Amino acid sequence: MMQTLEPILAEHPFFKGLKSEYLQIVTGCASNVRFNKGTYIFREGEEATQFYLIRQGKVALEIFAAQHGPITIETIEAGEVLGWSWLFPPYRWHFSGRVFEPTRAIALDGKCLRTKGEADHDLGYELMQRVAQIMLDRLNATRIRLLDIYSDLPGGKL
Amino acid sequence: MNTTLPKLHDRVVIDREHLQELFVALASKGYQIVGPTVRENAIVYDTLVSVNDLPIGYTDEQDGGTYRLKKRSDKALFGYAVGPHSWKKFLFPPVIRLWQARREGNGFEVVPENTEAPKLAFLGVRSCEIHAISIQDKVFMRDDYSDPTYRSRRNSLCIIAINCGEAGGTCFCTSMETGPRATSGFDLALTEVLSNEQHFFVVEVGSQLGSELLQTIPFRAASKEDIQIAENIVTQTAEHMGRSLDTTNIKDLLYRNLDHPRWDDVASRCLTCSNCTMVCPTCFCTTVEDVTDLTGEQAERWRKWDSCFTMDFSYIFGGSIRPSTKSRYRQWMTHKLASWIDQFGTSGCVGCGRCITWCPVGIDITEEVRAIRASESLSTQATKEQQ
Amino acid sequence: MTAPLLDPMVPKQYRIQRIHREIPDTFTLELEPKDGCEIPQFATGQFNMLYIFGVGEIPISISGDSNKRRPLVHTTRAVGTVSKAMRDLKPDDIIGVRGPFGSSWPVKQAEGKDVVIAAGGIGLAPLRSVMYHIISHREKYGKAVLLYGARTPADILYRRELELWRAHFDLEVYVTVDRATGSWRGSVGVVTRLIPRAPFDPQNTIAMVCGPEIMMRYTVAEFEKRGVAKENIYVSMERNMKCAIGMCGHCQYGPNFVCKDGPVFPYIKIESLLTKWEI
Repeated sequence: MMQTLEPILAEHPFFKGLKSEYLQIVTGCASNVRFNKGTYIFREGEEATQFYLIRQGKVALEIFAAQHGPITIETIEAGEVLGWSWLFPPYRWHFSGRVFEPTRAIALDGKCLRTKGEADHDLGYELMQRVAQIMLDRLNATRIRLLDIYSDLPGGKL
Repeated sequence: MNTTLPKLHDRVVIDREHLQELFVALASKGYQIVGPTVRENAIVYDTLVSVNDLPIGYTDEQDGGTYRLKKRSDKALFGYAVGPHSWKKFLFPPVIRLWQARREGNGFEVVPENTEAPKLAFLGVRSCEIHAISIQDKVFMRDDYSDPTYRSRRNSLCIIAINCGEAGGTCFCTSMETGPRATSGFDLALTEVLSNEQHFFVVEVGSQLGSELLQTIPFRAASKEDIQIAENIVTQTAEHMGRSLDTTNIKDLLYRNLDHPRWDDVASRCLTCSNCTMVCPTCFCTTVEDVTDLTGEQAERWRKWDSCFTMDFSYIFGGSIRPSTKSRYRQWMTHKLASWIDQFGTSGCVGCGRCITWCPVGIDITEEVRAIRASESLSTQATKEQQ
Repeated sequence: MTAPLLDPMVPKQYRIQRIHREIPDTFTLELEPKDGCEIPQFATGQFNMLYIFGVGEIPISISGDSNKRRPLVHTTRAVGTVSKAMRDLKPDDIIGVRGPFGSSWPVKQAEGKDVVIAAGGIGLAPLRSVMYHIISHREKYGKAVLLYGARTPADILYRRELELWRAHFDLEVYVTVDRATGSWRGSVGVVTRLIPRAPFDPQNTIAMVCGPEIMMRYTVAEFEKRGVAKENIYVSMERNMKCAIGMCGHCQYGPNFVCKDGPVFPYIKIESLLTKWEI
């Protein structure tokens, strides 16, 4: 008998504490994926149909700058969540996702989850809450990086 | 010449005309006498040669930001409170060289300073000042390290205390439990008694040295009346304090109120002139300066009084930790009244009132504490009403 | 020969054996006493006051191995008058040393537990001695984890050593940069993000944190979030120092003298101060 992804999802920090009935629903939108080093999982501007719970490996969020080539904004690693554009219009990726280290992840069908969330707003609320938490954490982390606290400039010693 | 010396805690009486003998006795024992004298319209501490150097017939009128020397109607020797100087300038000199160094090859040779100091006798030390000295003792003479400059002066120090007959306009020693009566830490403690017919001193013996000094000074045993008169004088003084400070749980009060709006209020008045730290008898902050001569062959390290009110007191690369006036005033006051207790086991304040008198804008530490205490209870009241 | 009793206010002459340029504006000094005496024993996290003849004196953390008696090693950034003059010194030049001063990292309390070192930027320097200590007493500790955040890959301090340590089977080393450049394929992000995944048991861990104050605040919060008790988190503070013996008053941080009660503090002791402005 094939093992379902439900226990794996339950383990991932993103779905921690989600009611088992919702977990079942969500599992219906989930699939196991792996990516080789160097693969572009998605590209800037593409339709954001999925998001990924990273179980192992490292994915870089990249932006392409003319004359400089791709620049890594941030790396997403085990236990973290890659992608939230699936939840908000226009449902397009803001960055590209390049695999730095062989990666195993759970892919979740964005459209599938959006539809389920529309149908059951309580589930929708649970998903929104979790995505909001990720955005909050990323925003705070980004703010700290903006401060450039290790900088040599006067005032950089914080 | 007296053959039977008084014992510890004995009280004797010395007449006014014999007080000069105290100067002679101290000098003959090799002491350099420093004490109060009039200079530049204030009573300061300087070298004294004879009893006539004392501020005879002077008193002071003090209030927030105000100090006036006034003539008395009598010839009291010690009829005033405290002036801008404190005794710390003798034990903890404002400027000293720590060492010199000479360039040798590609290195240098350090020549430590000789920390020997003259034997000092402080004449006219108020009770609050004795407490201030013992507070600084805890700072400069620790179990793990003693400042050699302070220690050499302190160990040979003779203290002739004076029990206050006048409470100053900014005094609050009773609030800080540091006076007005000197209870310990002196060799002799004098209480000046001056009435129409008589002028004498009731003297308490505080040490073996005090007893020995009396050997060459004419005295008589103090009668019960003499002792009573002396105690009444001090009691009177205690009842006329110019200020008061409620020290109930003051450490927690200030620690709890580091963000109180009162700090902004005082910051709008404070000039960060650092007068308060200079006149305060317990402030001990210093800085270190490394200097060379023009040839670059000789270097010296100097230690100088510093103040937490200066802009670069707290400077580390990138800027000062306390750039604002508010943070610096808060640092001074919370250190003096609160952190000091955690650091040294006592308050850092002795209630001498100098910081109030010598603040050019008259900031009053007792008022600041009162304001924080009062509005703290008001704000808890407000919260209760809202509920 | 054993070192004579030292006056803590008088610098002792040390000869520079080696100056090693680490990353831009950061350098390491290796010192030996000019008279060949023993170097006083130091504990990890302590600092010395280093004096340049006629220029001045600054506090610098000791970044060497406390189990090796020589040389005496310091790493610092060249950001002020004295440190810049220090960077321009040559081998055989003489520096004055006073110390060691200050409190130390809790390497004894950490025995039998997991150890997590979280360092940001130059903050890795005072923590390097902890790594050395753990490596030479490896059997006394559980998991040993180093989390390090630097500005860019070019600003990674002690890069060679980090790579060496990472190669140990019994050490976990995670490095992240705030901003990626060139061909960096490592982690990109704030150092706090390394904490949720780091392999240690929060119930049985001592965490040691050093870096810019902002980084320490957020790192401590992240450790707490992961379940590490306040009493098991230690930080290293920095303040203006003139005497280093708790008498000049400059380094006061609340009631604490950073030179004497610190620079290493258990978080629980300064918890209320860490978030206060201008204290």
